[in-house]
Amino acid sequence: MPASTLTAFLPELVLLAGALALFTTALGRSRVRQARTLALLTSFAAILAAALCLGQRTTLFNTAYCVDLFSQVLKLVFACAFALILLLSGSLEDIRPDVKPEYYFFLTVSVCGLTMLVSCVDIITLVVALEASAFPLYLMVPMRYERPGQRSQMESAVKYIMFGVAANGIMLFGLSYLFGLTGTTSLPSLLPRLQPVIHSPAAIAGLALTFCGLFYKLAVFPFHFWTPDVYQGAANETAGLVASLPKLGAVAVLVRFVSLASPDNPALAVLLAILAAGSMFYGNLIALVQKDFKRLLGFSGIAHAGYALIGFVALDDLGYSAALYYIVGYLLMVLACFVVICKVSRDGSNVAIEELAGLHRRAPLLAVTLAVGVFALAGVPPFVGFMGKLSLLTAALHRGHLALVIIALVNSAIAIYYYLCVVREAWFRDPGSLPPIRLNWPTRALCILLIGGILALGVAPGRFLDALSTSVAQMHAAPPAGAPALSGK
Amino acid sequence: MTGPTHHVLSLLIFGPLAAAAVAAVIKRENLLRWWTLAATTLLAGYSLTLYWNFEPGTHLFQFKEDARWIPALHIHYRLGLDGISLLLVLLTTLIMPLCVLASWRYIQARVREFMICLLIMETAMIGVFCALDFILFFVFWEAMLIPMALLIGVWGGPRRVYAALKFFIYTMGGSVFLLVAIIALYTQRHTFYIPDLMGQPYSGAFQYWVFLAFFISFAIKVPMFPFHTWLPAAHVEAPTAGSVLLASVLLKMGAYGFLRFSLPITPEATRFFTPYVLCLSVVAILYGGLTALAQTDLKKLVAYSSVAHMGFATLGIFALNQIGVEGALLVMINHGVTTGALFIVVGIIYERLHTRDLSLASGLGKAMPVFAAFAGVFALSSLAFPGTNSFIGEFLVMSGGFAVSKPMMVCVVPGVVLAAAYMLRMLQKVAYGGTHNPDHSQVKDLCGREVLALAPLLVFVFWIGLHPEPFTRVMHASVQHVLEQSGVKSATGTSAPLRAQAPGDAFTAARKPPL
Repeated sequence: MPASTLTAFLPELVLLAGALALFTTALGRSRVRQARTLALLTSFAAILAAALCLGQRTTLFNTAYCVDLFSQVLKLVFACAFALILLLSGSLEDIRPDVKPEYYFFLTVSVCGLTMLVSCVDIITLVVALEASAFPLYLMVPMRYERPGQRSQMESAVKYIMFGVAANGIMLFGLSYLFGLTGTTSLPSLLPRLQPVIHSPAAIAGLALTFCGLFYKLAVFPFHFWTPDVYQGAANETAGLVASLPKLGAVAVLVRFVSLASPDNPALAVLLAILAAGSMFYGNLIALVQKDFKRLLGFSGIAHAGYALIGFVALDDLGYSAALYYIVGYLLMVLACFVVICKVSRDGSNVAIEELAGLHRRAPLLAVTLAVGVFALAGVPPFVGFMGKLSLLTAALHRGHLALVIIALVNSAIAIYYYLCVVREAWFRDPGSLPPIRLNWPTRALCILLIGGILALGVAPGRFLDALSTSVAQMHAAPPAGAPALSGK
Repeated sequence: MTGPTHHVLSLLIFGPLAAAAVAAVIKRENLLRWWTLAATTLLAGYSLTLYWNFEPGTHLFQFKEDARWIPALHIHYRLGLDGISLLLVLLTTLIMPLCVLASWRYIQARVREFMICLLIMETAMIGVFCALDFILFFVFWEAMLIPMALLIGVWGGPRRVYAALKFFIYTMGGSVFLLVAIIALYTQRHTFYIPDLMGQPYSGAFQYWVFLAFFISFAIKVPMFPFHTWLPAAHVEAPTAGSVLLASVLLKMGAYGFLRFSLPITPEATRFFTPYVLCLSVVAILYGGLTALAQTDLKKLVAYSSVAHMGFATLGIFALNQIGVEGALLVMINHGVTTGALFIVVGIIYERLHTRDLSLASGLGKAMPVFAAFAGVFALSSLAFPGTNSFIGEFLVMSGGFAVSKPMMVCVVPGVVLAAAYMLRMLQKVAYGGTHNPDHSQVKDLCGREVLALAPLLVFVFWIGLHPEPFTRVMHASVQHVLEQSGVKSATGTSAPLRAQAPGDAFTAARKPPL
């Protein structure tokens, strides 16, 4: 038992060990180099551990922690994304030097929290993991150089934490409803007990309030208010992190939770559809007028959260795996954009869209990365954004949500304009007096990895989609304690 | 035509992509040009085997390939050719080396990126005509946008950014509707396999919506009358090769879409909307002609003439009879040959004089006799002079059109006269000019490379014009099948097209009220 427990828990252990080591490094004199190397080593070890544990199936800690294909696939994705983020952040130019080791420490703790999040099947552990992943981020946002006369990082950090804590409160309130209705905190036993009362107002309110906490992480309208400000106020590297990993975590938890709502729950479907449509319209329309590239990505992120929600409106396994696939793709696309932001930005300041002018002459590889990332976000084939949208829309239309599908497509048509404006600056404008950008080899490797990932997930997503859909199916097909199967009506 | 040795289509599709990968590592610019020319010529030669091995007696898809692509979404990698797509694929492969030749000197900056864009375009264009899976089709359809927008936006004229964005937004806006239709069809039949979606008993309302979604997307691509405004901008700003590709291949995709998808998948809706589409086609012919007559920019003139020519293509398709549709296909090929050539001609003028203004580029005939001869033939071909290719195509279309509605065709006749007017006006100015021409005595006549770029097109102008049978022969069975699927009885026999009698049964079928 201990040995198998150890292997099942290995990725988390590796990350925790890395975090502990980073903690000791962060004590005393600031040792940035060691911290960076240590964090990178941790990420590689985590990838290795997650790959090794891909086949593990067990439950740990008195059934509070479920290790299944679903969690293991996502752990691998998190570990890879962790490495990508570390490569992306480079030498953390915009972080105060005295807190750089702490930055790596918090980053590792946050990733560790997310890694645990996907395995949690008990409400209590889930909340703990959620907080473990969120609180380090609250601290990382203000760790930016202070520029004379502005303390936007503080403002955005306060916004982030206020909204975060409020959303957590609402979520806990919703969870208390679910607990009150069923008398249990364990999701597998919550499921069958909730079935008889699922259409009662209390259950729907409980579920909806619970989702609020996750919608906040995913930045779904109307829980999005922190997004553009945090993107703008946080350092470029931090914004890249905030924009990518927590969203995947939120979608993963949503997949576990939405299964509580039986396949036919019109009230919930309508609620989700309204939120999805609102997010898409709000995000895309406001993104049209943005001048700051990070704010633009913030608003486009709200729109993309709306797209991801389409998968949940379908309320079936096809939709859930489509949402997961889409959000993993989104992670790559948005990271591709943030690589460009980090490298184009001079001394870590924010990047206006005009500053991208002539990128194809100043740094061709960055320009290609940007084009691939932005076109993928716009949903142009053959990139992952298109395949993701296709699978989402197919799933939604399968369940007859034609209006939502049309809204989504109208939105992707609107979105093309502002994505094209970014491409226009980078490809069709002259650089003027803007200097060329030199890339070091980790950045080059990162660019090629991201381009390759976006293309590969778009052109040949077969195996990845299969893994996702089997994992979702396994998770929902065999709920313990004799719960009714969810796949049928 | 199945078997392990038959991956002709895949080779044709991915050959250019492989060539682009090689081009990415070539450093010297001249070597790059030679490499791209060699690769495209080789592919063009190889594509001719399609014609030799094509079985004209059947409407079934040939050279088929099928592989699982994304099983989770039931998406397959399926390719095939029939009589409708064969000639369009050949047109694409044959026009590519000419594009490379036409950009030999025109493109001096960022040659490598330019050649890579051209080769990626070729992959996507051939892919569109060969794809038998709707998602595969859509991927190729959209994959074309990025390289084409780059061609216009990076190597184009002064207003290139505006033109590139307009092109991109228009086409992408249209394809959004195409995607809705594709997914809607999928939810009905649970397949993306195009032949399986044809001729199914969809409900009337469903067909109308799908037809309209198809229509918006394809009408923008053609472009049909109110959706054409992106075309002049894109044509004027694009470099020569970009204009040629736009005119010769990209505009064909809309018409191809109508023929491949609208007619067989939504026959009821097609018959319902036919009168409206015919009206728009007639308007396009007249409007394109009138606007072309008023242009002083050579490229704009040719661009508006494209609108008129494509009006003939849609007119023929929606005549819904064998003669009309075959004529439309021929018009598409002819337009690819002739307008492609005219854009090369304009490019040649621009390379020498750095202007496309009709009053500045006048009286070139004295200094450039060979050039004037070429330009003359292509201009005559464009106005459908008997003996040239366009005559056959437009004649067939008009025969098909007369079978549908005589008053409508009476309206088309001025369009034909307009074509003569604007083309002869252009020819007269460029070749002879007025009494006070600018001094062109220093201007050199065509070099061997330019002759090589134009000569193959000249051959096709006369070949199709004098002996079109090898080209129409391959269409008969497929066109007949499409018409059967769209619920219209075709003209009797497969040798009907050159017997230009109006087939009465097609007439009545086309006029039959829907439902």
